Amino acid sequence: MRQITYSQAINEAIREEMRRDPNIVLLGQDIGSYGGTFGVYRDLFEEFGEERVRDGPLSEAATAGFGIGLAIAGMRAIVEIEFMDFSTLVLDAIVNQAAKMRYFYGGKLKVPVVIRTPAATKLGLGAQHSQSLEAWFMHSPGLRIAMPSTPRDAKGLLKTAIRQDDPVVFIEHVRLYASKGEVPEDEYLEPFGKARIVREGSDVTVVAVAMMVQEAMQAAEELQKEGISAELIDPRTLAPLDRETIVRSVEKTGRLIVTHEAYQTAGIGAEIGQIAQEGAFDYLVAPVKRVAGKDQPIPCGTLQEKVFPNRDRIIEAVRDLMAS
Amino acid sequence: MTQSLKTTVLAQAQMLDFYRQMTLIRHFEERVVELFGKGLISGSTHPCIAQEAIAVGAIAAVSREDQVLATYRGHGQMLAKGGDPKKIMAEILCRGTGYCKGKGGSMHLCDPEIGFLGTNAIVAAHIPIAAGVALANKIRGNGLVTLCFFGDGASNEGVFYETANMAALWRVPLVMICENNGFAISVPVEKAVSVKDIAVRAQAFGFPGEAVDGNDVLQVYEITRKAVERARRGDGPTLIECKTVRWERHSAISAGKYASREEMKRWQKTDPIPRFRAHLADTVRVSGAQLESIEREAREVGDQAVEFALQSPPAAESELAEDIFA
Ligand SMILES: Cc1ncc(C[n+]2csc(CCOP(=O)(O)OP(=O)(O)O)c2C)c(N)n1
Repeated sequence: MRQITYSQAINEAIREEMRRDPNIVLLGQDIGSYGGTFGVYRDLFEEFGEERVRDGPLSEAATAGFGIGLAIAGMRAIVEIEFMDFSTLVLDAIVNQAAKMRYFYGGKLKVPVVIRTPAATKLGLGAQHSQSLEAWFMHSPGLRIAMPSTPRDAKGLLKTAIRQDDPVVFIEHVRLYASKGEVPEDEYLEPFGKARIVREGSDVTVVAVAMMVQEAMQAAEELQKEGISAELIDPRTLAPLDRETIVRSVEKTGRLIVTHEAYQTAGIGAEIGQIAQEGAFDYLVAPVKRVAGKDQPIPCGTLQEKVFPNRDRIIEAVRDLMAS
Repeated sequence: MTQSLKTTVLAQAQMLDFYRQMTLIRHFEERVVELFGKGLISGSTHPCIAQEAIAVGAIAAVSREDQVLATYRGHGQMLAKGGDPKKIMAEILCRGTGYCKGKGGSMHLCDPEIGFLGTNAIVAAHIPIAAGVALANKIRGNGLVTLCFFGDGASNEGVFYETANMAALWRVPLVMICENNGFAISVPVEKAVSVKDIAVRAQAFGFPGEAVDGNDVLQVYEITRKAVERARRGDGPTLIECKTVRWERHSAISAGKYASREEMKRWQKTDPIPRFRAHLADTVRVSGAQLESIEREAREVGDQAVEFALQSPPAAESELAEDIFA
């Protein structure tokens, strides 16, 4: 199968959907012929023109509001937020408006808007350009959330996101943009709410998202050499979250580690750990562990490596867990 | 001030319709306040009493298909856009027969069928959303215009400025209608707005802003009509500041004092309804009997809405977890 990058996969998804549906409009900053901050929108402006690829001013809050307005008027909007850290500026539009509108209007309006944003970890840009804030959105009913880790999932999930009538927060990853993977040439969609078992195993379940899927995979291969068999699960979407696949895996392995780059406290690891307690308490032979970002502002440059989780920290955590 | 009423010449039937709508909104809102007082409304309600001329005059300038977005103080706008008083009242009372199945309540009303794309309870958040609706009109070339109502307080929020800039840049068919009722809860506009007229804020973005007597229904109509024409022509947004004064408490649950009894009394003299009535009686020469019959009818419609709402069942429990996702 052909290999393309995560960034190309996203670009293809949007291009194909925009060709299919003239109602789709892109909003954001630097999305004209510049092609988006990270080049994800390359050539879209040339193909679809300024009416549909609306390169706008630095007004994130209003831009998201415009997207919601397009959506409730019967169009479909994709709003790019350049770094997930800046989603602080659009929280009202996402959390109080897009997520709840359908509900408080008794189903009278639908809000098909996709907020695309990269969790920008590991560029070394410091505390305001490095965060993964997915838990904030998971804490808000009414949103769909995708967090793909491979080019194939990025394309298939984004196409699904664009076609559905609910608001979606689509979380990408800067360090994954250049990563390559197999992506079918033919049309396909990936479903929300269906986790992917990346690797089967029997001793410990590792649930990882985004960039941590790669780190966890390397950890699993290393651990295999020591005779520890890790099962790796990528939930792919956080809302809906495929609880069943996680619980079933924990029933099999009896041990769970959740790993994410976001801060540990009240991160998705806490939620997933609780799901395991509720669904597979009798099967757990050890406490659930989290391998997450440290609870502190992220320092700049290579110092950031001190606060982010990585392959080695996962290996260490698994060893601890096996010993307990 | 009353003089301006005389300058606008409209068909008598249309003026009587304005009067009918204004009296309906007033009576409707008075009944809502009364129901709240009796403990029949949980939550709260933000009456638009004294602001009827703005909703009626402005919305008369658009068609059924044109869109309106408004705030929590938006019962009047929905009535003026052709909303069914029964279904609005039922929604305010959180009944299953309400527009939003009783799950939205007083602050969340919506009916796309009549181009009413919702009232919103986050101050100013709907301004960019309204502009997005207007942008959809522009992209589709459907010739429709979007009206967005908001308060003086809302004009201090960041998204107001961001939207003004973007709406101007993209020339979206949007009419921004600021209902300056003198207060944001308790904060007087003089303490919160750095200029005398909020309307001048449009200048910074290169589009027209005009201040108008918001208690003069005919002036509001006239100025909105021009702004709507401009928007339909493709010339972009307009900001209209309608000056009025709020002599009801901010919302039914607001307890704090924001003005003296004397001030309130003085403000009540600006009441747009008796003023328009006098104009109709003295200048247009509508008979007292005809005006009374309009008033009676408005009362009946309001009362029937209350009856309907009170007899309706509350929002069904089976519905409470519905309508979250498509
Ligand atoms: C963003 C936000 N801040 C504060 C509030 C609380 N609040 C509700 S109405 C209101 C006053 C708004 O005043 P104004 O915009 O002048 O409109 P009015 O109520 O006078 O119609 C406030 C502060 C809110 N709902 N949303």
